[in-house]
Amino acid sequence: MYDVVIIGAGVSGAASARELSRYQLDICVVEKEEDVCCGTSKANSGIVHAGFDAESGSLMAKLNVEGNQMMDKLSKELDFPFQRNGSLVICFSDAERRGLQELYERGIRNGVTGLRILGREELAGMEPNISDGAVAALYAPTGGIVCPFGMNIAFAENAAVNGVEFRFGTEVLGITKKEGAWALETSQGEIEARFVVNAAGVYADKFHNMVSARKLHITPRRGEYCLLDHSAQGFVRHTVFRLPNQFGKGVLVTPTVHGNILVGPTAKDIEDREGTNTTQEGLEELLGKAGDTVKGLPVRQVITSFAGLRAHEDGHAFHIGEPEDAKGFVDCAGIESPGLTSAPAIGRMVAGIVRDLAGAAKKEGFIGTRKGIPDPKALPQEAWVAWVREHPAYGNIICRCEMVSEGEIIDAIQRPLGAKSLDGVKRRTRAGMGRCQSGFCSPKVMEILARECGLDYLGITKAGGESRLAAGMNKDRL
Amino acid sequence: MLSYDIVIIGGGPAGLAAALSAQKRGAGSILVLERDKELGGILNQCIHNGFGLHTFQEELTGPEYAWRFILQVQEAGIAYKLNTMAVDIRRNKVVVAMNREDGIFEIQAKAVILAMGCRERPRGALNIPGYRPAGIYSAGTAQRLVNMDGLLPGREAVILGSGDIGLIMARRLALEGAKVKLVAELLPYSGGLKRNIVQCLDDFGIPLKLSHTVVEIRGKERVEGVVVAQVDANHRPIPGTEEYYTCDTLLLSCGLIPENELSRRMGVEISPATAGPWVNECLETSVAGVFACGNVLHVHDLVDFVSEEAAAAGRHAAEYVLGGAGALPPAHADVPIQPGQGVRYTVPRVMNPARMDGEHKVRFRVGGVYKGCYISVYLNHDRIIHRKRPVMAPGEMEEVLLKKEQLLAFPDLSQITVKIEGQEPA
Repeated sequence: MYDVVIIGAGVSGAASARELSRYQLDICVVEKEEDVCCGTSKANSGIVHAGFDAESGSLMAKLNVEGNQMMDKLSKELDFPFQRNGSLVICFSDAERRGLQELYERGIRNGVTGLRILGREELAGMEPNISDGAVAALYAPTGGIVCPFGMNIAFAENAAVNGVEFRFGTEVLGITKKEGAWALETSQGEIEARFVVNAAGVYADKFHNMVSARKLHITPRRGEYCLLDHSAQGFVRHTVFRLPNQFGKGVLVTPTVHGNILVGPTAKDIEDREGTNTTQEGLEELLGKAGDTVKGLPVRQVITSFAGLRAHEDGHAFHIGEPEDAKGFVDCAGIESPGLTSAPAIGRMVAGIVRDLAGAAKKEGFIGTRKGIPDPKALPQEAWVAWVREHPAYGNIICRCEMVSEGEIIDAIQRPLGAKSLDGVKRRTRAGMGRCQSGFCSPKVMEILARECGLDYLGITKAGGESRLAAGMNKDRL
Repeated sequence: MLSYDIVIIGGGPAGLAAALSAQKRGAGSILVLERDKELGGILNQCIHNGFGLHTFQEELTGPEYAWRFILQVQEAGIAYKLNTMAVDIRRNKVVVAMNREDGIFEIQAKAVILAMGCRERPRGALNIPGYRPAGIYSAGTAQRLVNMDGLLPGREAVILGSGDIGLIMARRLALEGAKVKLVAELLPYSGGLKRNIVQCLDDFGIPLKLSHTVVEIRGKERVEGVVVAQVDANHRPIPGTEEYYTCDTLLLSCGLIPENELSRRMGVEISPATAGPWVNECLETSVAGVFACGNVLHVHDLVDFVSEEAAAAGRHAAEYVLGGAGALPPAHADVPIQPGQGVRYTVPRVMNPARMDGEHKVRFRVGGVYKGCYISVYLNHDRIIHRKRPVMAPGEMEEVLLKKEQLLAFPDLSQITVKIEGQEPA
């Protein structure tokens, strides 16, 4: 029996696990996929929102601003990529300026600092590729960008180092209340815990509704994206949103922390909670709308497109805490944008709730920092040279597009909660994320995975489950 | 710092031929940098035959063709480093490279030959909607898995794109025991060589559907099928023409992109039509002393032509180092070569009659299928070449030969135009 079981190893679950690992608690994270960061957390805008969007006084507004403020320190402690590049909300007519003013005022109420409304000239000076129709913008210097995988993985690794157990490939099928505990029926047998944290993303309503009569309803809201090559780097430097108007919400155009340009997302409510497919209409809508925000988007530089699902709760609210009729069951539900930004604050809030319920004391020896996979090419050349001399595997480049070495890939596999699949390696090292989209490096990464994990080639998957990369050997059925 | 007369980036067919020819022309020291574990480049995974008909008047496999060059390079004592990645080329021709043994190191070159080859256009660049399951491979990646690792990527495949690698892989998969259900091609003509359509598809009963594309990929973990539809003249899918094919594999053979990231970073000017460097008749780029050849310059159909072009680049690089042609101020200005009607691009882009050897080839591709038409070359407004070709297609590179004396003899030569013309006027 665990003290706490957390359902879901996405960013909310991992952040909660990491914060809870400060206390004397026996904690387990159960995840239906083969790795952390496989659902909503892996396919989103990677934006650290300033905090002017959410309704003033709401939990969402509070956690957004708190999460934003925690990001500088946390990204250093846990060594994940984060930049405060600033964000812009642009509008296209004088009539819309009122909307900007409302956002500005809401931002002030929410505690966002540094907000300023810019005229056309200053805006065009900051972003030369901004649409000719943009007349003004709300500038938020505290807006930022983060690596969504990097942050999620950092939380999870740090939690694991501090004693949290992770069970992958473990799908929760049912939850029942027992004497003083919860019993979770899973695909890998029963698991008992005194407290349950429900951080199940688009499935959070399903688990909540198993234990509470006060029903929640979550709609998977699909967002499609296109990612542009590094060659488009600098096309925009800030995260550029457009003010929602009668024609809809528009899409954002933003740099990523790794020097790509990201365009998206669309918004379409769907039924399928695994419906992460892109669509012809979606991709066309996306590139069309991006053309309203910026001019001359180099669409020929698109290297991939993807879709993610937002866990949209009917009231667009974060539901964090115990339902009145399910003591010891802590929801972390309805976590959609600004969920990634809020994750550090969500983790702290969830941990606080569980700590108080459990009456848990702080434990000694909590390790609050974590080092990510070294990226020696980011060092000054002399230090890079010295590093490679001492670590020869870092001299063997496997992914030529992103310049990822064998050393980084071996580290990704061997470290706590290490990668087990091609996508696991990709999210940790960026091998395969570049312009050739793993054309050259996938056979080499497969070779390293097979060697380091002691696997047969035929057992290597793209992302666990049935996603095997090879069907057999040549001529095996002739 | 290491120092060489010529550093060649890439040890594939282009790099090897360039090295041999540069040495033959008298370059003192040559170093070839190869990122893979052996010389030969992509030829090592091209185990089918059909290589060398022009170069050796024999039909060889890719590895056999490569081996002939590798042997010569080894016998000539030309230096090379394997598993070595060139990470930067500075404008002063200092090459930064790295590998396991030497770490990160710098090499001062007098001349650099770019021979990095090309990469395949990935699925994302095609924006095919659907899920992102396992089982989607570019044709070349699948070729490596099958031919070098012995792995069969799937049991039932659909191939999108009729480029040569796609056609070759259709036959390879069939030979290894997989069922190839269809090759779909977006364009109304194939991008591959005619002989490959006959030998790889027709001979194996594999259907080719022109003006068709994949509009959806199904399957969440592994590919389960694809939806194929016919497209109109603007390449837009025609509603109602969708057909579902069950398969566990989708191979993409939708174009090759020269790998010019290093070239761009060092300031080499790139042609939008070829995605390779602009070069003059010596295959010298916009940066003096930096030459380019093979698929990094423009994508070729046949390795024989790569070898021939690379030999020219090696020779000119050696002459540059020896202070020959490169050092002499040409008596004549560069003459631009203009791609006219029907011609997508030419390599080279300019020719300097004063600098020419005796004759130089101009290679080009046509923009559509032309039957019974003529290749014409104009010096200013005078037509000097008018050659009939029964069929020309974008999948087959064309060439014309320009002679030095012909160009020098032409007064006030300011433009050379290569174009496709219709029937001979009466």
